[in-house]
Amino acid sequence: MEGLLEEIVAKYNYWIYVVLMMIGFYAMIAKRNLVKKLIGMNIFQTAIILFFVSTGVKRDAGLPIVDKDLALAGAIDVATVVNPLPHVLMLTAIVVGVSVTGIALAVIMRVYREYGTLEEDEILEKIGR
Amino acid sequence: MISANLPAYSVAAPLLMAVVVNLLGGRRAALIPPLAMVSLGISTLCAAFLLPQVLRDGPLSYTMGGWEPPWGIELIVDPLSALMLLLVSAVALVATWSAGASVAKDMPGREHHFFALYLILISGLLALTMTGDTFNLYVMLEITAITTYGLIAMGRERAPLASFNYIIMGTIGACFLLLGTGYLYILTGSLNMVDIGRILPELYGGAAVATAFAFLMVGIWIKTAFFPLHSWLPNAYTYAPSGTSVLIAPLMTKVSVYLMIRLIYTVYSPEYAFVLHPAVPHLIVWAAAIGIFIASSLALAQVEFKKMLTYIVVAEVGYMVGAVWLINEQALTGAVLHIVNDALMTLCLFLVASAVVYQQGSCRFEDFRGLYRRMPWTMAAFTVGAFSMIGIPPTAGFFSKWYLILGGIEAGQYLYVAALVFSSLVNAILFFRIIEIAFFDGADQALDANGRVIRAEAPGALVQPLLLTAVALIVVGLSAGPLVSGVIVPALAWLH
Repeated sequence: MEGLLEEIVAKYNYWIYVVLMMIGFYAMIAKRNLVKKLIGMNIFQTAIILFFVSTGVKRDAGLPIVDKDLALAGAIDVATVVNPLPHVLMLTAIVVGVSVTGIALAVIMRVYREYGTLEEDEILEKIGR
Repeated sequence: MISANLPAYSVAAPLLMAVVVNLLGGRRAALIPPLAMVSLGISTLCAAFLLPQVLRDGPLSYTMGGWEPPWGIELIVDPLSALMLLLVSAVALVATWSAGASVAKDMPGREHHFFALYLILISGLLALTMTGDTFNLYVMLEITAITTYGLIAMGRERAPLASFNYIIMGTIGACFLLLGTGYLYILTGSLNMVDIGRILPELYGGAAVATAFAFLMVGIWIKTAFFPLHSWLPNAYTYAPSGTSVLIAPLMTKVSVYLMIRLIYTVYSPEYAFVLHPAVPHLIVWAAAIGIFIASSLALAQVEFKKMLTYIVVAEVGYMVGAVWLINEQALTGAVLHIVNDALMTLCLFLVASAVVYQQGSCRFEDFRGLYRRMPWTMAAFTVGAFSMIGIPPTAGFFSKWYLILGGIEAGQYLYVAALVFSSLVNAILFFRIIEIAFFDGADQALDANGRVIRAEAPGALVQPLLLTAVALIVVGLSAGPLVSGVIVPALAWLH
């Protein structure tokens, strides 16, 4: 039990993303409202974005803005700057997430116009009729 | 100079044309399909030049923006990706030929919206076949997915709901892929597939490598609609507009299977995937076999042609994924050959569905009554496509099934072989039922003055690509030998 707690505290950033991911996953599967499902999906994506961003962190490291001449000469100690690549990747992933959310909201509007409700069981009832 | 840039041109042509098409707007709708075809013609030509070139000279690496790998994004055209590039661009070209007519009927005035998304989707698919970067793979997969969500939602009735379910499932799949990529990045510090493949063998024992592999595979299986992760596919493809399903049904699942092969062979090694965890391939082949049984049985229960086809697509995914995990040369050859053949067969049958929907308004089985006399060309092509799906020689379907069954016997996976045979029998029942309805049942049809049935063929733009595809099915079937020995076997040799 002691060891487990230490493990969780030492890698707390990963545990946060695991918990967030499970919350999002639960919302996507268990919620019957389409908008709640969409919000669950957003939480799920955000968890992965946080996970990626936290991988770039180094203890006591500064911003990844460096002098060009020093960098070209190889005189920069890479341990003193944060790895910027995961953040840059996540910019793209955030754009993807926003696009998916946008199109999902547009689709939800069409669903609402078609059935007059966003509750999944009510929609399924209307389809059955 | 030009030949060095061919990979970039093939992706850029449809992407730039998407902008042009959107700017043209709804008033010049007649211009849009020809322009789309021109851009896809350029892509097809690029692919047709690239395939013999890479077969002769070996893989071609194209660095986007001049950044050298492993830092920059790399497009790799090896013989397998060149084959996929040719397949995707040629199928897309034929699908676009027919899309003009059905889109003009389904959504008049909105052609430019449809074709802009459509061209971006094709551009994404083309880039997917060539990408050599795991993060780029995720982004391109999401480009194809986002455009597909939009294209499906353009349909009527239940289409938006089906599209929403696909959004949820597709996003889970893509997020799993991204997570797997993240694990690999932490482990290796690289995103380039070849580079990861070089560094990874030292780390094979670790649990994180296995977790990354599991995430990547489950992510790609959701996108492939591998049983039991297929639940989004039937509704999405059934309720999509004709123009959409003609493009996505042949291509999306096949490109995902290709990506699975790429991830197993380039990023991981076949030794890792198949030897280090010997129980896993058995389980996956069983899942594939059970998936084929269930999807075929569900296809039997359908009364609508398009929905029946979607369940057949799910069964075909089981064929290909199962074959990759059979772990032998025969089965892998069969899997790649089946990717080509299945894309063509699915294209042919969805074009038939599109033509029947155009003329009859829907494609329930009773709409097929008497069609052999009313739409003889469409039904001739339907017969070829059906025979290929069943696996009757000399159509293409027979030859890939032959390789798959030989591979299954070689691996000793008799459940998989039984599933293949069962699915072929079910396909025979399904298609002969439609042939019977279309051939014999049709007494109450409109007759002309001479007592003959009035022809009501779909417009030429729908029938011509259909006939071309049917001819291609026979030609590819007859040339299966040279295709395997000349292209697929050398292409697979580059993978190892």
